[in-house]
Amino acid sequence: MNKSIIDIFNVKNHLQRLFEIGSSVSRYDRFRRNIRIMIIALTLLPLTVMALINYYQFLKSLKHEIMTPEKVLVNKTRHSIEFYLKERLSLLKSISHMYSYEELADINRLSRILYVLKKEFSGFVDLGIIDGNSGNQLCYSGPYNLQGKNYADQSWFQEVNLNGTYISDVFMGHRKFPHIAIAVQHFERKGRSWVIRTTINTKMLDNFIGAMQLGEKDDAFILNQKGVFQTNSRMFGDVLEECPLKIMTTGHATYILESQDKYGNDIFIAYTHFSYPDYTLVLVKSHAVALRTWFALKSELLVIFLIASVLIVIAVFQLTNVMVNRIKEADQNREMAFRELEHHRKLSSIGRLAAGVAHEINNPMAIINEKAGLMKDLIAFQGDFKNKDKFMAQILGILKSVKRCRDITHRLLGFAKRMDVQIETIDFNELIEEVLSFLEREALYKNIEIQLNLSETLPKIDSDRGQLQQVLLNIINNAMAAIDDGGAIVITTHEHDEETVCTSIQDNGCGMSEETCRKIFEPFFTKKATGTGLGLPITYGIIKKLGGNIEVKSEINEGSTFFIYLPIKSTN
Amino acid sequence: MDEFKILLVDDEQEFVTTLAERLEIRNMNVSVAMNGETALRIVEQELPQVIVLDVMMPGLNGLDVLEKIKSIDPNIQVILLSGHGSTKDGIRGLKLGAFDFLIKPIDIDELIIKLNEGWKKYCDSH
Repeated sequence: MNKSIIDIFNVKNHLQRLFEIGSSVSRYDRFRRNIRIMIIALTLLPLTVMALINYYQFLKSLKHEIMTPEKVLVNKTRHSIEFYLKERLSLLKSISHMYSYEELADINRLSRILYVLKKEFSGFVDLGIIDGNSGNQLCYSGPYNLQGKNYADQSWFQEVNLNGTYISDVFMGHRKFPHIAIAVQHFERKGRSWVIRTTINTKMLDNFIGAMQLGEKDDAFILNQKGVFQTNSRMFGDVLEECPLKIMTTGHATYILESQDKYGNDIFIAYTHFSYPDYTLVLVKSHAVALRTWFALKSELLVIFLIASVLIVIAVFQLTNVMVNRIKEADQNREMAFRELEHHRKLSSIGRLAAGVAHEINNPMAIINEKAGLMKDLIAFQGDFKNKDKFMAQILGILKSVKRCRDITHRLLGFAKRMDVQIETIDFNELIEEVLSFLEREALYKNIEIQLNLSETLPKIDSDRGQLQQVLLNIINNAMAAIDDGGAIVITTHEHDEETVCTSIQDNGCGMSEETCRKIFEPFFTKKATGTGLGLPITYGIIKKLGGNIEVKSEINEGSTFFIYLPIKSTN
Repeated sequence: MDEFKILLVDDEQEFVTTLAERLEIRNMNVSVAMNGETALRIVEQELPQVIVLDVMMPGLNGLDVLEKIKSIDPNIQVILLSGHGSTKDGIRGLKLGAFDFLIKPIDIDELIIKLNEGWKKYCDSH
């Protein structure tokens, strides 16, 4: 019940499995890939999430910041237009109060008033007095011939009778340009009512919109309650056409919404409703223009994000490379050390076994040797008898086999021996020449050419002369065995580094396979019919004891090269 | 060849008797002992000049016997014989005054050379 989340989801095991190096050939590549994926995910995921959150937060606050002045502008313009219309309405009301019906029914007076209105106030087109009951136009001053026209059936007349005031939607007048009609009802004390009505052209609405100082791709217009244009729109249609945008035409606040124009471009729409009449002022701003700063910033942020991601990926790749290579190196070193230890252990146990076996075999072998020797002596000291030579040949065969056994047991014993190292200062070049003097006859016999490339500046080394002789004898003997008549052995010496000298013994013999190369220092591994498989393990043991190292490079039918590295100063 | 007394000491009876016979065929004066105690008795009684002494024997081992021989007569030349190649024993034997060290199986000619060298050294020391 108290299991932690880690236990429940088995996270530990999953992680262990993910980072397990395993033992296959491609294990390090897989390990490297898993680590890379994990680190990249752990670094890029939070970075991406943070970047996205910042992106949307910033965009939101920037939109708010950009749209606030637009809202203010829309409100200000709406107030101005409202004020303008209310002012006209007030003017009509003032006229209705200032003049009596009779005075206004006088065409001269009415024309005079219209003249003053046109002169002092903008937008007035005509002025008319309509009887409140019959709807007949009693007096009219203006460009049209509307004297006597009856408005009783028209909705605006009924509305002005009902509300006392009226401001119309935009309509096309007789001259086919947009107008607004404003009307005010007046009641006299005597009970008579009349309506004063004027027409205003909508140029002033265009002026108000023009004063908003819109950008090239921006638009502003007025809609009536039915969504019909009251002014021309740059993008969406002309006056009295229906607006394609879905905009709510009621409400009291200023609203912002995002939409698309007919070309599919993103736009911001800011709109507000008039308190009177039922108009809606709409401001349309192109997304691209409004958020120009944002788009520039967004590109910079994206570039920074991409650069950061690339840097992270490069760093992860480099770091994992270094890390995995170190692990690989450490594993290889450990494996090598383990193999070496195993090899030493093997040599040591084989040595002990060899010593025991050699001792046990040597005693009966000594008896056989002496018995056969005595037989040989007896036959030799006897006179001739039948089959004497045959007997002698058999005995010599026995003695030869005993000698062979003795050689093997002596080698085994030599292998088991833990000889004390006797260090002295040695001229390694001289030592090589000394060893070669033992082998000259055999080389001559086999027609083997021995070339010496000995460094004249080779420093003298502190080592064991006897043991190094044995090492050189073993390797040169092997080289001679590997080459046919007329082959060559090249012996080179040089100073490997400040602490080590190196000698290489190269032959152009039959060479060895990779498999053989790996096993030649293993005890009892031999490719020779009569070999004991102890020569090179002994050589290896001696060189290791002297603080040096031995390596071999070989190719079948090309030959082999043994490299012996020895310390200049003894480690013993 | 000068006549000198040789004592062969080894617990392997077959080996020691056969070797003795081979040396006798070559007109050498050879005695045989199968263990350390017998060897010391023969040394005291017969005073051999050269002794071939096996290192590993039950009871008194070769090195103990060598020490005692040298205490009886330090001029007696002892050739140590071993079935295994422990150089430690060889070095210890040489330090105790052994003349040489051979590993079994031995070559009769090599043994005879060593015996003669031992005899020569014995003569020189007198």
